Formats: sequence, C-alpha cells, structure tokens
Amino acid sequence: MYGNDFGTDAEPLNAAEGGALDDVLQSATERRTTPGSFDDLIAREQRIEPRDDMPDDYRKTLIRQIAQHAHSEIIGMQPEGNWISRAPSLRRKAILMAKVQDEAGHGLYLYSAAETLGVDRSELLDKLHSGRQKYSSIFNYPTATWADVGAIGWLVDGAAIMNQVPLCRCSYGPYARAMIRVCKEESFHQRQGFEILWTLARGTDDQKAMAQDAADRWWWPALMMFGPPDTGEAAKGGGHTEQSMAWGIKRFSNDDLRQKFIDMTVPQAQKLGLTLPDPDLRWNEERGHWDFGAIDWDELWRVIKGDGPMNAARIAHRVTAHDDGAWVREAATAYAEKSAARTKGAVA
Amino acid sequence: MSEGALYEVFVRPKRGLSHVHVGSLHAPDATMALRNARDLYTRRQEGVSVWVVAADDITASSPDEKDSFFDPAADKVYRHPTFYDVPEDVEYL
Ligand SMILES: [Fe+2]
Ligand SMILES: [Fe+2]
Repeated sequence: MYGNDFGTDAEPLNAAEGGALDDVLQSATERRTTPGSFDDLIAREQRIEPRDDMPDDYRKTLIRQIAQHAHSEIIGMQPEGNWISRAPSLRRKAILMAKVQDEAGHGLYLYSAAETLGVDRSELLDKLHSGRQKYSSIFNYPTATWADVGAIGWLVDGAAIMNQVPLCRCSYGPYARAMIRVCKEESFHQRQGFEILWTLARGTDDQKAMAQDAADRWWWPALMMFGPPDTGEAAKGGGHTEQSMAWGIKRFSNDDLRQKFIDMTVPQAQKLGLTLPDPDLRWNEERGHWDFGAIDWDELWRVIKGDGPMNAARIAHRVTAHDDGAWVREAATAYAEKSAARTKGAVA
Repeated sequence: MSEGALYEVFVRPKRGLSHVHVGSLHAPDATMALRNARDLYTRRQEGVSVWVVAADDITASSPDEKDSFFDPAADKVYRHPTFYDVPEDVEYL
C-alpha cells in the first residue's frame, strides 16, 4: 500500500500467520547472542544490507512490501496521465508530465531496491500483471475532472509522504535509501496539487464546485491509504504492523499515521475554503487531535479484492503498455548483441 | 521478457566530490544504461558525471567473512594519532 503493507497474497505473509512463529523465535534467540547478527543489528538500529544474513520472513515481507510499493508508483501514473493531454495550460501540462515521470522513477528506484533481495523485476511485473501482487487501492478510483489531479497531488501524495517519511529510516538499507530519494521529490507533487485546488477554489463558482467535488470523492479513499486499523474488528484483515515494527521496517502504526495526516490536512482544507465530507470531523481539545468519523472498511476490502471502479482498466492498460513496448526492448537487445559481436570481430 | 543486464549507477554530485552509488537499472548495453541513468537518477541536476558498471563485473567482499576480512585492522590502534602520549603544551602536534 504505497509504503504500507497488508496482506492480500494467498500465501502466509509472516511468521505469525504461517504458524511458524515458534521457529522464528527459536532462531531469533540464538542469533541474538552473536554481535553483528541480524537481531543484534536490528537492536542497535543499524541497517541491514543486501548480502547480510536475514530471516526468511524478513526477506519475504520486504520483497512483498517493496514490490507493492513499486507497483503503486507505476500504476499511479495512470489516473494522472489520463489528464496530460487535457491539462488546462502548457504550464500545467509540463508540471504534470514531470510529476508522472517522477512516479515512473519512484517505481524504478523501488524495483531496484527489491532486486537486491534476490528477486527479478520481470517476476514482480508478472505478479502485478496476473493480479498476484497488489498496488495501492487508491489508484482504482477514476479521475473524472481536472480538479482530481489537484486532489491527488494534495491528498494522495500528501498521504504517501506521511507513509514514506518514516520509511527513510527503515532497517533495510536499499529501501531506506530509495525512500530518501522519493521523499525529496514528493514535496513538489503535493504542492503542485494544492496549487491546482487553490487556483480553482478562488475561481468561478463552477471551478470552486469542481474542487469541492474532488475533495469529497478523494478524502475517504486517502484515509484508507494508511491501511486497516491496528486494533478492533476491522484490524483482522491482515495487517503486519506488529512484526514490521519489531523488524524496524515500520515505525508508526497505521492509526498514528492516519491521525497525523488528518491533523495536517484539515487546516489546509480550511485554507482552501473546502469542506471535508465528514460530519464528525471536529477538534478535540483534550486529545489535541481532530476526531473523525467511521471509515467504511468494507469499501477498502472490496476495492482491494478487485471490485473498485477502475481495477480491471488499470491492469489492462498496464499489460497493454507492457506488450506494446516489447518490440522496443527486443530491438534494443538485438542492437546491443550486434554491436557487441562487431566489437569482438574487430578485436579478433 | 528481455530487460537486459543489471547495471549499478554511480553519480558525482558536484565537482570535488567522488562518485557515489545511487542505485541500479536494467539496460541492453552500457550506452543505454548511461542514458537511462541520466533520466532516472539526475532529473534535478543531482550530478555532473555518471558511471555505470555491469553488476556482474563487480567483485565484492562477502558479509560471511567480514570479521576475518577486516580483523587485521582492529588491533593496530597505533595507526591512529590518539594512541600516542605526548605533553599537552606542545603546539601543532
Ligand atoms: Fe511517488
Ligand atoms: Fe508522488
């Protein structure tokens, strides 16, 4: 989930689910005694690097999380890419192209990080294309108007930043380093989105209504980006918060991050003069946080399981783009082989 | 699917600094790897020079033997200036 991780794969996702917790505990205690071992490094907040010894489940969890994160970045190009040809000005078009190109870059940084764990990226793409690995469900909603491009930058990239900043300190070195690079680029994404809404909100009545409509549609899905709650009935959907926190992959719980995001975003909405579609949203003096209403978790699970408005379209588009690009990859390989053979011939 | 070999990418952030490893990418050959590296790792002028190295051509020390491999340096504290007892009032030492 865009830097979050909760299970939708069929296989057991961590030791606890697989019933193998005892095995892990056993070996974890053994390792603890050795300085420089995995548990020792984790305990001392040191980074784990690619060729280090690591528990199998740590590796698997990371591969799945980084892959889902990478998939989210590249699928995330589609809803906004949809508006490049219809951006309202050349300035907006150039900005949007740069933003969408950044998202492609984020995907590639992340596939590169995943490969350090011993998987091949073609294997990961294959899993994306065949639905065996997921991407953030936020991208299964359509971008109906230009204001949606603003709402995505403001809310979706805003939520992504909230998830991704703590990942810059993730225990796995290559993932943490990729996240630092990503976070540096995200702040432009969020600001350009806010600027689009800021402009619309001060425009004609129609433009203002368009901005409001986009905020209404994106608010709840953005809150779902932080994943299911950590406690209570809805938490049973398969979060991995606890194990991931013990491993230093995750630093804050889903609910903490969600609350931080709401606290950050409500004043921004007020500044924009937009309302957020939650009648229960009110400042709680005692907690020092904004209270908010119940989130429709059934909707999240529905969309994750494939029943969102755009699930099928996103994957179909992705597969088509991949297949249509096959001849380019083949031509580049043929050219590389030919020139390598020519160089060899010249030397011989 | 042909996605080419894995290349590691190193970027010199500015003059006076060494190249630093930034990540990796796939490309059919080194020339394409260099162009892709430009697009992927220097979209905001993060570098003034880029190296790409085929990952297969890198020989690396192994984490398994890191103790014995780096051990010879551990007991030679006299290689550090702080090892030496000298009077405090000597200047430029
Ligand atoms: Fe991104
Ligand atoms: Fe972004």
